[in-house]
Amino acid sequence: MSGTMRDAKIESTKFRSLKELSDHIAQSKRKRREDKRPVITVSSGTCGQARGSLKVVEAFKKALKETGLEEKVILRVTGCHGFCQAEPNVIIYPEGIFYQKLEPRHARLILEQTIKEGKIIPELLYKDPVTGKKAATEKSIGFYKKQKRLVSGDNTRVNPVEIDDYFSIGGYCSLLKVLKLKDPEKVIDEIKRSGLRGRGGAGFPTGKKWEATRISPGNPRYVICNADEGDPGAYMDRSLLEGNPHRIIEGMMIGAYAIGASEGYVYVRDEYPMAVANVTKAIEDLYRRGLLGKNIMGTGFEFDLRVAKGAGAFVCGEETALIASIEGRVGEPRQRPPFPAQKGLWGKPTCINNVETWANIPLIIRKGSQWYSAIGTKGSKGTKIFSLVGKINNTGLVEVPMGITLREIIYDIGGGIPGSKEFKAVQTGGPSGGCLPKKHLDLPIDYESLTEAGSIMGSGGMIVMDENTCMVDVAKYFMNFLRDESCGKCVSCREGTQRLYEIVKNITEGKGKESDLELLEEVAVTCKDASLCGLGQTAANPVLSTLRYFRHEYEAHILDRRCPAGVCKSLIRYVVVAEKCVGCLSCKNACPTGAIKGTLHDIHLIDQDKCIKCGSCLEACRFEAIEAQREEAIRII
Amino acid sequence: MITFIMNGMKVQAEEGWSILETARFYGLEIPTLCHHDGLSEYGGCRLCLVELGEGPRAKLVSSCTYPAQEGIVVRTDTKRVWAARRMMIEFLVAVAPSSKVLQDLASKFGVTKVRFTPRNEDCILCGLCVRMCAEQMGARAIGFQERGYKRKISTPFDVRSDVCRECGACMYICPACQLRCQGPNADTVLCNACLNMDPTCHDYYDDLQCWMYDSGRCGTCVRGKNK
Repeated sequence: MSGTMRDAKIESTKFRSLKELSDHIAQSKRKRREDKRPVITVSSGTCGQARGSLKVVEAFKKALKETGLEEKVILRVTGCHGFCQAEPNVIIYPEGIFYQKLEPRHARLILEQTIKEGKIIPELLYKDPVTGKKAATEKSIGFYKKQKRLVSGDNTRVNPVEIDDYFSIGGYCSLLKVLKLKDPEKVIDEIKRSGLRGRGGAGFPTGKKWEATRISPGNPRYVICNADEGDPGAYMDRSLLEGNPHRIIEGMMIGAYAIGASEGYVYVRDEYPMAVANVTKAIEDLYRRGLLGKNIMGTGFEFDLRVAKGAGAFVCGEETALIASIEGRVGEPRQRPPFPAQKGLWGKPTCINNVETWANIPLIIRKGSQWYSAIGTKGSKGTKIFSLVGKINNTGLVEVPMGITLREIIYDIGGGIPGSKEFKAVQTGGPSGGCLPKKHLDLPIDYESLTEAGSIMGSGGMIVMDENTCMVDVAKYFMNFLRDESCGKCVSCREGTQRLYEIVKNITEGKGKESDLELLEEVAVTCKDASLCGLGQTAANPVLSTLRYFRHEYEAHILDRRCPAGVCKSLIRYVVVAEKCVGCLSCKNACPTGAIKGTLHDIHLIDQDKCIKCGSCLEACRFEAIEAQREEAIRII
Repeated sequence: MITFIMNGMKVQAEEGWSILETARFYGLEIPTLCHHDGLSEYGGCRLCLVELGEGPRAKLVSSCTYPAQEGIVVRTDTKRVWAARRMMIEFLVAVAPSSKVLQDLASKFGVTKVRFTPRNEDCILCGLCVRMCAEQMGARAIGFQERGYKRKISTPFDVRSDVCRECGACMYICPACQLRCQGPNADTVLCNACLNMDPTCHDYYDDLQCWMYDSGRCGTCVRGKNK
């Protein structure tokens, strides 16, 4: 009996016509507008939870009960707010007060002072690392000021597991518009006119891809959301999927309607458990509300959506490998043509777009292609989310209009390099991207300019490096990643990445030969030229771009057996500078091998036989009394 | 029929042919390693690379997997193609110097030095045995394991396979582990004892346009070993 009752209840919440949906959206929007209660939004994506946001949420719930504010305040647990440096953080609306680095004990304080009395708590505010000024609201923080958060901004406004939250900000309006229009080709035209290009890295025009899939014969057609984000230090797709899954699904549904696809997959890597959970929940909710399935709201549009979990192979982000993986085969790329638009999943026309691309679709439909194409540069339209990480003050996800310069991102949004160190390079586009030096800081970022400079847009990773970074070591790190993640099918990529790694490793160990640079270039060019898929064709970029801009560092390693940044362990040794050492013992305490001798107020000494060159002493010393010196002993040629 | 341009000449291909099949039909030689007429295409050895298109957008594609398409422009022996092929051979010889097939290829394409540390392995991961076992023998006893530099061919979980009939087809088709070259030893990875058949045309032209469409096979224009 209970079963039938539950079914009846589910049936009653189903939208049976477009009118019902449009009424529901209007009602939800009105309800949200009329609700004047203050909202406390807690950033609780994976990054927030790692810094203890769940405990903060619990503390807020408890404090709300204790202060009797339960009915008067809305507590909203949302996805990532983008400002990962300041996690866990809350934004209190309607004022937009931004409190950062919270601990559970702060919950009661915030309720009592800010909510009840309207006072701002200065200790919890964000302090600008450059000016030292405190910023009270989200909008006054430098990190948010220059951003244009068109896609990621909604993360702060919805609870990702509540479908009604998404309705209340006008969610599924764009789908409604498209279903009412009943003209799929017009939708494709609109996307084409917007100038939207694939955000996965290659920048292929999205509208063109849709059209190619639409005109290919075959039934059923598929749409796939590529959420196999694997670049070290890049996580914008995760944040979107976790924080606002409905927006991506709405984009996919619009795409499916335009292309004529009746089935879809969200291919998300299993290392993103929260993204998997939130998308799965969103899909369940949509089936329950009658927005997925057969004959959706009586329009005749049929769309089934599933989640496919990736097993953590970087190469499965390549579309043909991704298809192979969904089909249950080994994730290896294959020759294109035929392109997935012609013969994709199960041999049927398939359209694969990146998470961020799908998330842009509802926006374009809602605001129109003309509005959208006014943002950005001539060839690249709209905004792009970058994950700004590395040696930077404000770590986090930044969404900026195309054409913004690297300097604006790094210094205005990112707040510059910590510890007043010198900027050295920024690595864009993930492991297959390149390192851009100082002279490119004023480069306006779009697909073309980055490619020209020897890097790529990629999916949007941006790793900032300071003067203490050795570029040969960076190349070694990325080649090690790539030799492991190459699928191993093509000789050029499998052997190419392995040999590049070997040569670069030798150089960092002081075993490099002069002829190595020429060989590196030759192998890199061949790897780029001869490989089948995007991974192989870009795998040499870390080496090529560092060789192009930091050749002198390679030469220093090879000719002088010297690491200018003092990073490569084989080429340095740590010594105590007697004049600066005050004998404070902090390096001695930090040394894991007991290699440092000395007593309090006595100049310390490092026993080179025991030293493992971990660098702990260098970090521990506050008097700059530890120096990384050139290792003389290994001068053997 | 599909008509396209190959090495400056108009060629016709049947629907479904690859560039390699078309080239072979016209008697143009393209070296292969992981290709076998009786097996499915793989495109892993990258020896059969050809240059597709012209100008700055020209790219290298593996001719065994790339379908013949109307109006494409293909060149089989440009400097770029040869440079890539030589590098592939250098990679492969460094992995398995004792393979006669690879040493012959090295001689033929003028690979005179190997600049990488030799690994002296037997397998070059061309995947012929895997496809042979699956497609012709119907056993699927062996397959690829791992990826990247750890990739290897083995039975599932590295244990003796129940479905293996020990027919030896995998060994029969292997280009690396059967024919041994006696030339290389610990010091010299390359043998180069056979005639070095590096065509001289490349000194003068980017495009190897052999008047017999033979790409150096006949040996009339090639240099000797000690050029």
